[in-house]
Amino acid sequence: MHDERFPGLRRRGLLAATGAVTLGALALTACGGGGTDSGADGGDGGTPKRGGRLRAAFAGGGASETLDPHLANLFADVARAKALFDKLADYGADLSAQPRLATKWEANRTMDRWQVTLRQATFHDGRPVTAKDVLYSYRRIADPEKAYRAKASLEPIDLEASRATGERGIEFVLKRPTAEFPNVLAAFGAYIVPENAGRKAGDFDRNPIGSGPFRFVSFTPGRSAVLRRHDAYWEGAPHLDELEFVVANEESARVNALLGGQVEYAHELNPTTARAHEDKGQIEIVRLRNSAMQGFCMKTDRPPFDDRRVREAFFLIADRKELVDGALSGAGVVGNDLFGKGYEYYAADLPQREQDLDRAKSLLKQAGAEKLKVRLDTSAVAAGFTEAAGIFRDQAAKAGVTVEVRMGSKDSYWSDILDSGTLACYRSGAMPIEAHISQRLLTGSTTNATRWRHKDFDALYRQAQSTRDRTERAAVYGRMQRRLYAEGGFLIWGFADWILGTAKNVKGVETGAPANTLDWARFDKVWLA
Amino acid sequence: MSGSGLRSFVARRLLLGAAQTVAVVLLVFALTESLPGDAAVALAGDQPDPDRVAALREALHLDRPVLERLGDWAAGLAHGDFGTSLASGRPVSRYIADGFGPTLLLAALTVALLVPIGFGLGVLAARHEGGPVDRLVSGLTLAVYAVPEFALGVLLVTVFALRLGWLPPTAVGYGTDLLAHPAALVLPVLVLLSRPVCSLVRLVRAGMVDALASPYAAHARRYGVPGARVRYAHALPNALAPAAQQLARTVDWLLCGVIVVEALFVIPGLGTVLLNAVAERDVPVVQGLAVVFGVLTVVLNLGADVVAHRLAPRAGVVA
Repeated sequence: MHDERFPGLRRRGLLAATGAVTLGALALTACGGGGTDSGADGGDGGTPKRGGRLRAAFAGGGASETLDPHLANLFADVARAKALFDKLADYGADLSAQPRLATKWEANRTMDRWQVTLRQATFHDGRPVTAKDVLYSYRRIADPEKAYRAKASLEPIDLEASRATGERGIEFVLKRPTAEFPNVLAAFGAYIVPENAGRKAGDFDRNPIGSGPFRFVSFTPGRSAVLRRHDAYWEGAPHLDELEFVVANEESARVNALLGGQVEYAHELNPTTARAHEDKGQIEIVRLRNSAMQGFCMKTDRPPFDDRRVREAFFLIADRKELVDGALSGAGVVGNDLFGKGYEYYAADLPQREQDLDRAKSLLKQAGAEKLKVRLDTSAVAAGFTEAAGIFRDQAAKAGVTVEVRMGSKDSYWSDILDSGTLACYRSGAMPIEAHISQRLLTGSTTNATRWRHKDFDALYRQAQSTRDRTERAAVYGRMQRRLYAEGGFLIWGFADWILGTAKNVKGVETGAPANTLDWARFDKVWLA
Repeated sequence: MSGSGLRSFVARRLLLGAAQTVAVVLLVFALTESLPGDAAVALAGDQPDPDRVAALREALHLDRPVLERLGDWAAGLAHGDFGTSLASGRPVSRYIADGFGPTLLLAALTVALLVPIGFGLGVLAARHEGGPVDRLVSGLTLAVYAVPEFALGVLLVTVFALRLGWLPPTAVGYGTDLLAHPAALVLPVLVLLSRPVCSLVRLVRAGMVDALASPYAAHARRYGVPGARVRYAHALPNALAPAAQQLARTVDWLLCGVIVVEALFVIPGLGTVLLNAVAERDVPVVQGLAVVFGVLTVVLNLGADVVAHRLAPRAGVVA
């Protein structure tokens, strides 16, 4: 028997290699209900069984939850949204865009016009998914009056000029060349809803109609959502008869419910829980690698981090292994100051950075920053934050740097650290490396927490976006990442596993998909043995 | 005391209670406003794009002056309208109604068990003052009282739900229909009962021991009044006045939603609603709950005072 813990890693690695041309994955995804699965059953064995009800426990948003897919914010929202709705594309395990409702996309020579063809798919009420629905959905998201999360991601599209070229053909006109346009189609929250859905408040909570693998049965905000198999799903009907999402905000409650047989799937468990129950035979622990980047963000526009030597010294202060072991209880891998380990375009060829206190001290001395004092903002907003801050404070002390840890409010943390402070704990869920750059590292980026603003870096990004050849584009991303590795503002020390627990009879849970990707929290391929 | 005296006492207390509730609401509003960030920031979460936050703020009408928002809300309240949630746009009254069911059910069950157990054990201990029964009851109640709710909850779940498998560990997925799953209520009620029972037992015991040692009880015994009658007709009422006040505090605590128990057992009551609303800076929901909690506290304490008044009129003079 091979190592059971990460069977998906190997399989996914293979898929990413063969599926470099994104369309290559299509052949794998076409399968009928009850037929062979797309590969998730490799480690589990057995043929999928039809029927049964799976209950999945997530941390939720309380009584203000909604099923409006464009308002999806939390993991629970996204899990429900992806069961009910589809996007035109979604992220594979390496965060490359995989076709979903779109069967193919083709760019013109300058890559500012894209022809997208939809597959034959139907909404739960039997209506076909058409170009009109797609344009309606995107225009709804982009509504200037509203603040839907995916609005920023859809910004490259000129929705006024984009049009339907047929029942299932759309021409997207872009504001500028965008080689990674498929990433836009896969953006977080860019779900396709039927034309005119959601015009009235509460529409989606009473009877959400989507094209996803499950159809709506009932919904009580903050408590439960019951869904039923959509037999006419374009990718084959799900194995399960019913799927129920229940909300349990306490991690201990999710684990207890799983152990007590009240749910079959528990999302977001602690590393200590995982260790306590791994291989004990009661439940299965699934670790989704490379799901959450963990780091510190240094504001590169103000002292002391406006001096690149100080930033480099901080890179060298970090003992990444100790941070992973201490702050993540070992549930993760070390980082190399670059976002997106294991993702498409990741610069894996750069040497792994190690702690080097002597060099850090000498760099600080050169920069005239001996006896440096820095305030490190942290908060209980994400697992491991306060622990990481404490560990880094002790590591910095060895290099003569005094780090003063300040606890901030958990509810407003992200907004608080965006503009103020100099050093802060930071995390990010999975997204393509290109999206990380465009959202956080360009002069015009809206959430540029490191204040990384360089005209030549912006120019490289534009160059990548107008480079048609994938290899050449990868080379440009490589250059950008080398620059960030040498002198960027993100000290990325690790990538946390995302930990799930499932009952022993739950089969077909994909183990290689980082959180936020297509195969994460995906229940149409899951069955009960 | 005459009936009109009681009436004016109640009227005075109600007026005072209304003023207290208004003060609580104002204080809660001020405190929520003074928290860092607002509903727009909380909604934007880890994507605090300034344009998005600004758009959210506008959509939620948070760009209007503080006093104007408070005024509008107060005007609505006068018509019985609690307003709408900032986070979801749904009416606040529904938040309260949905959360109140599970909370009320738990509170009712707890009190239904608390009163007989508390008084029974208290009387039992007082009867055997100094004896082994008294020592056992007193020792046990002191020990249980020292265990915080969450620790007891975790312990009970581990033993009775996970090890022995007798009871479900949580009420997840049962929603408001908790009565249909009585087994799921056993552990939460036990946890809720644990500390109030202890304090009630000790109060009743102390009150009765005092009364039984008093000259009037000794006198009654000398006159040959039977022991049971001395205990239940003369000594017990004396212990009831402080117990009634303690009971009111307990009911108030239960009805305002015991967050620890709700979170541990996944019971979607008022505590959970409040916790989420504060995290989301959902001011209308927080204020709505503040009104409900304020009114509950005033009414319950008034009820307890009236009972105490009846049982031990001398205390009323002080109050």
